[in-house]
Amino acid sequence: MKNPTSPNSLSRRDLLKRGSAIALGATVGSQAITGFPTIWAQNIKNVTLRQFGTGVSNINEIAMKVKEDLGITLEMTALDTNSTAQRVATQPKSFDIADIEYFTLKNVWPSGNLQPMDISKLKYFDKIAGTFKDGKLTPTSKIAQGTAPHTVSFTDSPNSKSFSKSMTNWYTLVPTIYNADTLGIRPDLIGRPINSWTELLNPEFKGKASILNIASIGIMDAAMVCEAMGEVQYGDKGNMTKEEIDKTMAIFTEAKKAGQFRAFWETFDQSVNLMAAGEVVIQSMWSPAITAVRSKGIPCIYQPLKEGYRSWGGGLGLARNLSGLELDAAYEYINWYLSGWVGGLLMRQGYYSAAPETSKLHMSEDEWGFWYEGKAAVNDIIDPFGNKMEPAGAVRDGGSFLNRMGRVECWNSVMEENRYMVRKWNEFIAA
Amino acid sequence: MNRKSPLSTLLQISPISLILGFFLALPIGTILIVSFWDYNAFSFFPDFVWTNYSDALGSNVTYSTYFNTLRYAGLTWLCTFLIGFTVAYFLAFHIHTTRWQIVLFLICTIPFWTSNIIRMISWIPFLGRNGVFNTILQSMGLIDKPLEFLLFSDFSIVLAFVHLYALFMVVPIFNSMMRIDRSLIEAAIDGGANGWQMLINIVIPLCKPGIAIGSIFVVTLVMGDYITVRLMGGGLRASVGVMMWNEISLLQYPAAAAHAVVLLAVVMIMVSLMMRIVDLKREL
Repeated sequence: MKNPTSPNSLSRRDLLKRGSAIALGATVGSQAITGFPTIWAQNIKNVTLRQFGTGVSNINEIAMKVKEDLGITLEMTALDTNSTAQRVATQPKSFDIADIEYFTLKNVWPSGNLQPMDISKLKYFDKIAGTFKDGKLTPTSKIAQGTAPHTVSFTDSPNSKSFSKSMTNWYTLVPTIYNADTLGIRPDLIGRPINSWTELLNPEFKGKASILNIASIGIMDAAMVCEAMGEVQYGDKGNMTKEEIDKTMAIFTEAKKAGQFRAFWETFDQSVNLMAAGEVVIQSMWSPAITAVRSKGIPCIYQPLKEGYRSWGGGLGLARNLSGLELDAAYEYINWYLSGWVGGLLMRQGYYSAAPETSKLHMSEDEWGFWYEGKAAVNDIIDPFGNKMEPAGAVRDGGSFLNRMGRVECWNSVMEENRYMVRKWNEFIAA
Repeated sequence: MNRKSPLSTLLQISPISLILGFFLALPIGTILIVSFWDYNAFSFFPDFVWTNYSDALGSNVTYSTYFNTLRYAGLTWLCTFLIGFTVAYFLAFHIHTTRWQIVLFLICTIPFWTSNIIRMISWIPFLGRNGVFNTILQSMGLIDKPLEFLLFSDFSIVLAFVHLYALFMVVPIFNSMMRIDRSLIEAAIDGGANGWQMLINIVIPLCKPGIAIGSIFVVTLVMGDYITVRLMGGGLRASVGVMMWNEISLLQYPAAAAHAVVLLAVVMIMVSLMMRIVDLKREL
């Protein structure tokens, strides 16, 4: 029925989805509701909510569990990042809950197709990480560049089409999933410590480097490199001027012509294969891809770098047309989402949950220690789908949650000069 | 001849008109219209602007990309022509029983029973830095360092194209060759022509329609391709199709539509030039 993901749309979320496209009426004959005392419990049983979003967090297991716990039927559709944004902007009646990325909010919120959430109805709001409130994970964290989630998280009134600079009672998205991205390396083929983004263009790795060919993310990785080299100073890497774009692309075009890059990758599996086959020893990469390389018995490290991480995050938004019982059910669903079970599911795959503490109850002490606290694993680390991710004794690259998310330098974003940037990126590819 | 009623004529032409209308004219018309629309980051909307064309035609990248794509088309055409002609010639003139001709012809088609993508991707582990081919050469002591140009290069792109499209050359040329009246060849040999003269003066001229049809297939397929260039070029190389795909993935449909219209025009010019060299209507 409704899985309009085209075979050509190869975004990260798309490829990360684990056979998860649609979850339709997952468990029929739901059991009695336990542990969730709520006045709507009886009524919302029959409610169906249509959610779409990126593949990473639109997993069958969530629909099955919500049916079991709340009785709500969740119809899920997995799309790629670009399509999710387009859907919010152009087909407001086709969904109840949108699972979209923060940086797309800048473009879709003004459409008025989403309604903000009343924070007083969010039971676990105080558990949500500071990154999604005032932008500070800890009181001393500095605020990262790009579309930092807190800059688009609040709005002044239920009908406002703009964002509020400070915290209000109206929340645009409830964060679901986020992570910090960096470069992946093959330590066995490099044989020395790597600690800076500049290494991507180091001639030592000529013909053995790669960057991802998704303009909006690739440009950010490129900017991290140029800034680390001291070649370009950016006002805001998430919102570059034409001149900054030109300078960045000039440096990368020169490197490309000199044969620095073995290939550019576009899909999750391409990045895994390049690394596993030894075609590439250093490249931009996503966390689960590192795991995939390691699971083949090949050493691969998600290398923390001194300049910090490039980060991304997504969240749930409510459709404007939701009201009455459906709206109540949606709040109930979001409270359930933050209550910990989903967080545990996501955290055990290497992502972070919006309210990390609530997830703790749904993870073993060892899992919590490994994924969140950066401690050495006592036993083998198994993902929620039963695959072994790390052997006993392993430590997460980059360490604890605070160490990783506390060192975000830049968030994925949409630039004002987006159209120009895409043209320049195309020129870079064609150069 | 009986004059048919207008109604029956109309009925007779309607199936093909409907099919061409819905599946050819309508989509192309839509692309043409959309190519004048405007767009922002997340939507495109009706308008009448020339910016899509001025962006496309005003950029050096477009020209270098077209040049690159034409180069792939030219190289692929040359290789597929040489291979296609040789294979067809062998099948048509050196295999004397129809049964063996059919058997060998079917063998040629076996690779086409699998998907395009599979045929392409299987080259990657073969040609890679630590791939099968490099490993063999190194273990034979022919090279010290792996040959890097084998993969993610123009070489691998053209190789994959030739692999994918050679059959499109074989079939029409073989078909033309089978129609050549064998007595012409006997007469040439009786007249004292050597093999080369026979090839140049009889076989090639009479194969022209087959060569033209094969060339049209190969050239149009290469001009419109994006997946081969992306996969085999490791994303480092651009073709017109790749350029459009990049735009589509960023929802810049009007810009991609403008490129599609330009590409359509270029390919139509190329095909009409080929048709000028060979008058297909007369020859078939």
